[in-house]
Amino acid sequence: MSIIEELGGILAIVEKDLKAYYFKPPNISWGILFPIVLALSFSLRNPEGLTDLAPGLIAMAALFGTTSMEAIVITFEKRVGALERLQLAPITLASILISKILGGTIFGLVISTIMTLLTTLFLGAEITNLLAFTVVLLLTTIVHSALGALVAVSVKEVFEAQTLSNYFRFPMIFLCGIFLPLERMPTALRYLARLLPLTYSVEALRATMVETAEVILSDIMILTGYSILLLYLSIVLFRKNQE
Amino acid sequence: MVAIDVKELSKSWGKTLAVDNISFQVKEGEVFGFLGPNGAGKTTTIKMLVGLTKPTSGSAYVSGYNIVEEPREVKKRIGVVPESSNLYDELSISQNLRFVSKLYHISSIRREQRIQKVLDTFQLNEYSNRRFAKLSKGLKRRTILAAALLHEPQIVFLDEPTSGLDVLSARNLRQVILELTESGVTIFLTTHYIEEAGQLCDRIALLVKGRIVEVDTPEALRDIVQDTPLLKISIANEQRLAPDDLQGIQAENIMLSHGEISILTQDIQGALSRVMEIATEKKITIHDIQTVKPGLEDAFIQLTGLSLESMRMEKEGKR
Repeated sequence: MSIIEELGGILAIVEKDLKAYYFKPPNISWGILFPIVLALSFSLRNPEGLTDLAPGLIAMAALFGTTSMEAIVITFEKRVGALERLQLAPITLASILISKILGGTIFGLVISTIMTLLTTLFLGAEITNLLAFTVVLLLTTIVHSALGALVAVSVKEVFEAQTLSNYFRFPMIFLCGIFLPLERMPTALRYLARLLPLTYSVEALRATMVETAEVILSDIMILTGYSILLLYLSIVLFRKNQE
Repeated sequence: MVAIDVKELSKSWGKTLAVDNISFQVKEGEVFGFLGPNGAGKTTTIKMLVGLTKPTSGSAYVSGYNIVEEPREVKKRIGVVPESSNLYDELSISQNLRFVSKLYHISSIRREQRIQKVLDTFQLNEYSNRRFAKLSKGLKRRTILAAALLHEPQIVFLDEPTSGLDVLSARNLRQVILELTESGVTIFLTTHYIEEAGQLCDRIALLVKGRIVEVDTPEALRDIVQDTPLLKISIANEQRLAPDDLQGIQAENIMLSHGEISILTQDIQGALSRVMEIATEKKITIHDIQTVKPGLEDAFIQLTGLSLESMRMEKEGKR
């Protein structure tokens, strides 16, 4: 297996996905509108600033930015036979799924960057450790993009992908410390929150924005572990469903 | 030299045996037809040979590479044209071809030359900037074929290549297939158009319920039934005739479709007498009676035990 050939294939698929799906006018406008509306809504509710809420809002933008499009893209390509076209090429299934995850990651990064700019430039939030923030944001988009891929390979229809995505997205918003700190949750919910990757994203982003950057190494390791695990599960499930 | 070598290949999905212990060889430069009704196992066989699904047992080599152990080497050497479109609606013809060329690692220097070559071959130049979604069915088919040939594969798998095309587009596509074989490319073709297989294929394998019932040249397959005359009786009021009414006739095969009774029999006189009796009894008008030499379609019916009509109806989703 030539790594250069695999990388060439991955880049070709990412470029094609961005051109064919992600950076189409309706998706760009949604990508810009979604963080603006979200940030404005919360800034009206908290006129003194969004310092506490900003990490959660950025994580939320990353969660929705990655999963909303990616699950649709994979399911759609499965449905119309375009994913089969990719499988006919001399490229491994792992590379195909990595390229799909990268497509979602880039789109999620764009949306969460817009949210970051809005909250820091206009709504009083601050980034105390830019390098750590960038690493955490990148990992947040990768892990949730991988989650989107896992959802997409589990279902057959586009609408099923959307419904299943919502099953985990909305509970995550309430469980992962975006609005309510984990310490104030009942013990059972706290354990449940610890199973969800968004919890670690919010925690690590908060550390880079309002606290010291030293406490986030474990979060970074957990997010990396989740990314690898979700990619692995996507490949296994895709192969199993195909057989 | 052998392009495809299949040995005792089987595939089951749960308890369903889709492909049952098939063995055959395809020679280099040959056009090999794979014929059978829906559900016979044609697509499953192709999916195994092109590396989309793994066989349950048996082995197969494509261009000398094992399909399970070396799928990457197999994929580099094959082109696949599926029955339905597998390109991207949102991209233009050129963008689709450029994307496929990158997937097959065609160097940037060769890329534009190859794209131009397939655009010329398939007369797609004037549409090259048009979005794939906006193309006619014939143009889409040509673009899919162009994309499959971009990396100059040694073997091309064509799944129902002329399905749904108008007469002219189908004829053009058949011409392209013949030109490909002249350049030494091996073609593995599935079709439900028997006469098309007869025109294009050097050899044909007949597949029924996952098993190969015969592999031979179209001429040899025709010869199997050539000694038995075919009686064709054109009738009106077909609805008055029940399939059971014809069962008493001594024949190798009897088929009733579109107002015509086809009887493959050595006893023409006996069959005709019986049909006349039935026609009188059921008040059925006979328009025409002919005795003809059976063709490839009749060989197919006799060898597979299936009627062509049932095969077409399955294909068109009427059942």
